[in-house]
Amino acid sequence: MLEELLFQIELGLPQIVLGLVNGAFYALLSLGLAVIFGMLNVINFAHGAQFMMGAFVAWMLLNWVGIGYWPALVLSPLIVGAFGVLIEKTMISRLYKLDHLYGLLLTFGLALIIEGIFRNQFGSSGLPYAPPEALGGPPVDLGFMFLPKYRLWVVVAALGMSLATWLVIEKTRLGAYLRAATENAALVQAFGVNVPRMVTLTYAAGVGLAAFAGVLAAPIYSVNPQMGSSLIIVVFAVVVIGGMGSILGSVVTGFGLGLVEGLTKVFYPEASSTVIFVIMAIVLLARPAGLFGRA
Amino acid sequence: MAQDRRSLLKTAAAAAIAPALGAGLAGLPGRARAQGANTLKIGVLNDQSGVYREISGPGSVACVRQAIQDSGIAQRGVNVEVVFADHQNKADVGSTIARQWIDRDGVDVIVDVPNSAVALAVNAVVREKNKAYFNSTGATTDLTGAQCSPNTVHWTYDTYMLAKSTGGAMVKTGGDSWFFITADYAFGHALERDTTRFVQAAGGKVLGNVRHPLQSTDFSSYLLQAQQSRAKVIGLANAGTDTINSVKQAAEFGVTRRGTKIAVLLMFINDVHSLGLKAAQGLVCTESFYWDLNDRTRAFTGRVKGAMGGNYPAMSHAGCYASVLHYLKAVGDMGVAAAKASGAEAVARMKAMPTDDDCFGQGRIREDGRKLHPVYLFEVKSPEESKGAWDYYKVLQTTPADEAWRPLSEGGCSLVKS
Repeated sequence: MLEELLFQIELGLPQIVLGLVNGAFYALLSLGLAVIFGMLNVINFAHGAQFMMGAFVAWMLLNWVGIGYWPALVLSPLIVGAFGVLIEKTMISRLYKLDHLYGLLLTFGLALIIEGIFRNQFGSSGLPYAPPEALGGPPVDLGFMFLPKYRLWVVVAALGMSLATWLVIEKTRLGAYLRAATENAALVQAFGVNVPRMVTLTYAAGVGLAAFAGVLAAPIYSVNPQMGSSLIIVVFAVVVIGGMGSILGSVVTGFGLGLVEGLTKVFYPEASSTVIFVIMAIVLLARPAGLFGRA
Repeated sequence: MAQDRRSLLKTAAAAAIAPALGAGLAGLPGRARAQGANTLKIGVLNDQSGVYREISGPGSVACVRQAIQDSGIAQRGVNVEVVFADHQNKADVGSTIARQWIDRDGVDVIVDVPNSAVALAVNAVVREKNKAYFNSTGATTDLTGAQCSPNTVHWTYDTYMLAKSTGGAMVKTGGDSWFFITADYAFGHALERDTTRFVQAAGGKVLGNVRHPLQSTDFSSYLLQAQQSRAKVIGLANAGTDTINSVKQAAEFGVTRRGTKIAVLLMFINDVHSLGLKAAQGLVCTESFYWDLNDRTRAFTGRVKGAMGGNYPAMSHAGCYASVLHYLKAVGDMGVAAAKASGAEAVARMKAMPTDDDCFGQGRIREDGRKLHPVYLFEVKSPEESKGAWDYYKVLQTTPADEAWRPLSEGGCSLVKS
């Protein structure tokens, strides 16, 4: 009995670590969605495509300009973020007064177009992108498993970025403006704050977070045009479970669901792609506003 | 807020339905043009936008056009038109397009059709309408087994031949204990089942398996489970991006560094291209065609490359070329009117003639519709060994045509008279 239990733990422990790595991506992506939804009230369905663009821009920087991983980690989110500014200014900003449906359909259509363009240009089977020298090499021995250094870095980077985003929104003056503008935009504008520009930059920041996650993902997953669409549905479930627009909720739920999914992969792998949706259904029934949402 | 959430969920549901609607529209093939009795129409039905685009997609269309040109049939006064459509890896979309093509647009031949589920659906439609069907990119052996059809030729490869070539070779070189990472659908199950048979027949054993949902992104968990089983070989019974992600992550976790071997049961040269030689080097895989195999394959590749948009032909593309070329020879033999009147007659004529083309050399088509040619086991070169673009494979082993494929008696095809 005890032996059986020890065996299960030995089997489970590495999966918990791996679950954290996947959770890191869920957390980063749902964080961007939460920021955008919280401030703009737009459901950004193009998030997966923007994640994919982040990975592709990193690839282009390396192969066309010769710029490596570390600068790309900064440059790619900036470039994709600038693209976000363009989209927000020309299209999304026209939809704030309308029903959610319009924003969702617009961003969904954009996602299809962006993916189509990349597929036409780069094909669908993907491009290689090697991890940076410093994080390559043999995996680290954790005693119960070997973990590639790069995966460790992903968890650290995602946690750091989540913390930074939370600090900016909850603890700085800029964050206070943002939160105030969500409650009452007209009043904040009356105090002399340029609300439309703030909203544009918020969208760009959310998009930048997606691109940052994309660069992080490039060395692990195949860089291909559909890499975002296979993640984004799960990420939406994470956002719904955590509570729409809740920063803390999306980070905690992201990592938490990564863990749950990781464990499912050991005990009943066939269900690993559905377990998150089962949890979503239960949460919606028991706590319709999500675990961290305000009802 | 609660009201907000409800409308949000409704919207999300609407968005989930939207792709299905869009798919219906995108699937509509172009309207037919008027055509005379001396016109043949070939429909290339494959994945133009998803995971199998690189191994089928526009490359297959280019190869079919090349076959028409090489056949010289236009000089004999026969006009051949090519149409193509995207089946989006959905069996219902595929069979709807096949029906429309045949009923409305006068298509005589359907070629390519990756994805076993779609391949079988189209198989039934073509048989019902008595047209001709050359499957190149589908893997299921059912096409020449339980669901074999007098209208169908299965040209390029199947799960049996992959399992025998790769599985058999791995056991011979000492890989006698296996763990499978399998895509959880018909294709993956069939490939795992067939490989298990060859492993066990050669004295090896299977220590375990794990089934993953189609199009997963993270395989590290499965790879660790495979490692914990202490199997000497990890068999990947999946395809496309699933395989690419598995191999990439196996390299990342240093799985092969400790002596475990990876057997990729289905890989195309385009997958190697996408992985890069650094991650793919040393992998062993089976194909029935490689562009740099001999003078004839190089000549073929030289002719078709320009139309393939930077891609190189894989065995799946070569199969589209060779099957159409052979069909047009049969048409030249029996006449356009007879070939159009009955797909089964055209296929019977193809079976009666020996095949000979630049891609697969000399061969023949068996009575159950199985095309027979040699099968090659390749090893992926290291970056140092590779001398140029797409110089990826070296031949490890050649299985002659009469040993490579499932024996006629084992398929259970009703066309085979015992």
